[in-house]
Amino acid sequence: MVPLSLSLPFAELEVGQHLYWKIGGFQIHGQVFLSSWLVIGALLALVVAGTRNLERDPRGVQNLLEFIWGYLRDLARDQIGEKAYRDWLPFIGTLFLFIFVSNWGGALVPWKLIHLPSGELGAPTADINTTIALALLVSLAYFYAGLSRKGFRYFEYYVEPTPIMLPFKIVEDFTKPLSLSFRLFGNILADELVVAVLAFLVPLVVPLPAMFLGLFTSAIQALIFATLAAYYIGEAVHEEHH
Amino acid sequence: MDSITSAASVVAAGLAVGLGAIGPGIGQGTAAGGAVEGIARQPEAEGKIRGTLLLSLAFMEALTIYGLVVALVLLFANPFAG
Repeated sequence: MVPLSLSLPFAELEVGQHLYWKIGGFQIHGQVFLSSWLVIGALLALVVAGTRNLERDPRGVQNLLEFIWGYLRDLARDQIGEKAYRDWLPFIGTLFLFIFVSNWGGALVPWKLIHLPSGELGAPTADINTTIALALLVSLAYFYAGLSRKGFRYFEYYVEPTPIMLPFKIVEDFTKPLSLSFRLFGNILADELVVAVLAFLVPLVVPLPAMFLGLFTSAIQALIFATLAAYYIGEAVHEEHH
Repeated sequence: MDSITSAASVVAAGLAVGLGAIGPGIGQGTAAGGAVEGIARQPEAEGKIRGTLLLSLAFMEALTIYGLVVALVLLFANPFAG
């Protein structure tokens, strides 16, 4: 690992530098934990604040939360289908909200003001370990969804419509988490790097369009991750009609 | 890292992103063209077309991003650095 570090007051570019914590025999990236706890805390605070005084006519935060809920319900229902989407709405919604708030938090919060001994705070999703963990969760989720709904008939999916598809379907089980995690990680890291490089060249104004593009792609990536997770689960629980 | 390895890594990183951008570029062009055609034919479907277009553009973009990930691995986490 070759740590790269260009020093400039606002825009220090650090790749491959981490705040290492040792827990048990494991070396973990502390800055990712800190920023994901902040993200989780912010989400919890928002939800608790929005649901404390529920009213018949939603106002303010409650209105926002109901809008988000409706949006996520439509997303899950479109992909998973009317029958099974209720079981999986919390999972899909959590994925979407965590990824979305992580991405935007990494871009919008001035993390540089908080000084760490090594590495820097940023979007938790700009670390490959986070995205791989999320993608593996999705893998587990769709296996569980398929097996719990259909039992061992789930494996019929591998030989449908013909047994020739078997190797492709098995390879697909490995490429699904791979592409999910790399897509999210690459997009978020690329956004951060583009902004950092532009800010290194011209510190004022010029990085702004790249930042807005970054916000846009971050939101789309959160949507894509949630949509694909829902699609994979929907594929697993889908009943073939012969 | 010896100089041959670093030179090869830098060239490979450039090629990974550059070549990886060709295919998705063509694909995104085709998709955007199709979307424009669709909107011209049926302007009332613009919202739906735009949503689908953005989603599929992001899927194509992911292919370039894979190249970028490979490039970043070669530059910052080179397994052959020794």
